[in-house]
Amino acid sequence: MSNTLPHISIALVGNPNSGKSTLFNSLTGLNQKTGNYAGVTVDKHYGNYSYNQTNVTITDLPGTYSLFPKSMDEEVACKALLSGQERPDVVVIVVDASNLKRHLLLATQVVDLKMPCVLALNMIDEADKNKITIYIPELEKLLGIAVIPVNSRDKKGMDDLKRAILNAKISDTIFYSFEKQKELLPETTSYTDIITSHLALKDIEDSATSSFEIADNIHRFSTINYIIAKSVKQPQHLDKSITQKLDRFFTHKVFGFLFFLLILFIVFQFIFFIAEYPMSWIENGFLYLMNFTAEALPKGQLNDLLVNGILAGISGIAVFIPQIALLFFFIAILEDTGYMARASFILDKLMRRFGLNGKSVIPMISSVACAVPSIMSTRTIMNWKDRMITIMVTPLISCSARLPVYTLLIGIMFAGKETLGVFSYQGLVLMGMYLLGFAAALIAAIILKYVLKTKEKSYFIMELPVYRKPQIQTVFMLVFDKVKVFLFDAGKIILAISVVLWFLTSHAPGNAFEKIEKNAVTQSIPLSEYAINSQKLEASYAGILGKKIEPVIKPLGFDWKIGIALITSFAAREVFVGTMATIYSTGDSENTETLRQKLIAEKNYETGRPVYTVAVCWSLLVFYAFAMQCMSTLATTYRETKHWKWPAIQLVFMSGLAYISSLIVYSVLS
Amino acid sequence: MSTLDTLTQGQSATIKSFKDTFLSLKLIEMGCLPGETVKLSYIAPFGDPIAIEVSGYTLSLRKQEASTVVVSVNEN
Repeated sequence: MSNTLPHISIALVGNPNSGKSTLFNSLTGLNQKTGNYAGVTVDKHYGNYSYNQTNVTITDLPGTYSLFPKSMDEEVACKALLSGQERPDVVVIVVDASNLKRHLLLATQVVDLKMPCVLALNMIDEADKNKITIYIPELEKLLGIAVIPVNSRDKKGMDDLKRAILNAKISDTIFYSFEKQKELLPETTSYTDIITSHLALKDIEDSATSSFEIADNIHRFSTINYIIAKSVKQPQHLDKSITQKLDRFFTHKVFGFLFFLLILFIVFQFIFFIAEYPMSWIENGFLYLMNFTAEALPKGQLNDLLVNGILAGISGIAVFIPQIALLFFFIAILEDTGYMARASFILDKLMRRFGLNGKSVIPMISSVACAVPSIMSTRTIMNWKDRMITIMVTPLISCSARLPVYTLLIGIMFAGKETLGVFSYQGLVLMGMYLLGFAAALIAAIILKYVLKTKEKSYFIMELPVYRKPQIQTVFMLVFDKVKVFLFDAGKIILAISVVLWFLTSHAPGNAFEKIEKNAVTQSIPLSEYAINSQKLEASYAGILGKKIEPVIKPLGFDWKIGIALITSFAAREVFVGTMATIYSTGDSENTETLRQKLIAEKNYETGRPVYTVAVCWSLLVFYAFAMQCMSTLATTYRETKHWKWPAIQLVFMSGLAYISSLIVYSVLS
Repeated sequence: MSTLDTLTQGQSATIKSFKDTFLSLKLIEMGCLPGETVKLSYIAPFGDPIAIEVSGYTLSLRKQEASTVVVSVNEN
């Protein structure tokens, strides 16, 4: 890239549903990145293109309805337009041509900032279809800026828009009410001044700027009505028969819910069952790579670190890709078509009781497969408090990583007595565990509803956009973006913890490992490799830690062997099974039947009684249902909340809940 | 004078005033202006929220929020 070319920065502003992101994708193609706005959880999308010998950096600001922000996303958008560093050279105002009245509110506000602007009249095809005629020169004259009809969906008008951006000028027209400014805010000298002082306020209620906002918006809309009367010809009644017909179905008492259940069922099938195939390909691929690397490179510490620390860690990260990609594929389609707003609409009353939002349903159901993509998908929840509650309670729902643990423990408990009448014990207890997870999540949500404080006021005033065909490009850009964000943001934390866990399990103080190896050869009957591994794990730092925590977990009925498994489970819950297999030297973790037999036969080394009594199994089951033992979830929570406070609370509160519940269960049953 | 939450499906009304300052800030920028005609299009299956036709598009809001909007029902 040549650095000698002139360079400008532009920003896209517009209402949510103005097709802003699609326009951004059309302008930048694949030349885009996702970053952060400092201190907030809002993602920053930026990219670049060059046109007519000029390099253009383009930022897609979060959607906003006005320059008086009502949510954190909106605040970010407004601040980016005003603050010194981020301030763009040119603002592209994106409006929906078929819904001009409401969209022009923000447009006239931005024009009042006295920055060079261009109006992108988006979805012009839809306006044509609705027989809306817009007289562009008239609209340009009234607004004082260039108006470019575009259709971001098929890239129509992109060249005109790019040209207009380079020639953007500041409008001479002023839309805000001088009268109200003089009356309410005499100390301000410009509209920018008013917005800046409003953004600096802590409490907007009853402020002079809020009074100005109401009066000014009413004034603005009367101007907008005049502009529309002058420049737009539209039929008396817009033909929205398709949207209306679909809405009658989607919001129907019976069919609306049935359709939503069908959507849930499809999403669930994909992320729970279909995702398993690519996940096992990734795992097997990495196993092959790990074996190959282990053989190809000289043996030693470095080899072990590379194979069992780093490659195993990356494998543990990459394995999430199919579930994340599939979940966001569906979410993108649901959002892009406009259906998601309807799902929120029909579920709002039900979810509100739990402090949740209609949009919390999909993340919560998805977390039956995995909490990681679910937490990432809470981005669609606009309200901060509802979003935080959803993030916090989602990991309580039993995910697929708990399944192998549940299966092993239930198998031990019901060895020999498989059915209760026509039902299998396995199935009944398993269902019970899932219900327990859901119940815990909903109860925790109710508690958080009262505990969490927010300065953001909760409301549910939401646009129900017209239905549109999903855009393949928009869908795939979102999937691609989410996978990338997970790999690089949450991934590096997961990798770091993987390496720590590797160190704990593969290192021991002093020469403990060498002693075990020497011992193994000098024995009359040579020890099997499995037995050596078992002894090594016991001697390792993880083993020592497991023994150290035994006094703490003893009241729950756990011994130090379970203690080790609790520590290693932090990598992923299903590691419990593998660790138990190593400790009990049954070797192959695939063969859980031998492990089950061994565990049933296991006697306590002090008392001689069986370790895995019904009380211990229930205690462990409940512990695994509630405990926060998943570094990937913690890393994702950090990435989505941008604050260590939230994963820390998750860790403490879930582990505390697990400990107390297991303690009660064990005390009652034993 | 009645409030927006009391409309029946298909009924039209004209917005007169607001009872809550914060909500009025949001509602006005969403195009719910005094003098504007609104029509109740749908009611969610559990009776809440509701969806109204206003300024040429569909807006959903909770009944409690709608109860802060004073309207006069249009006769037709």
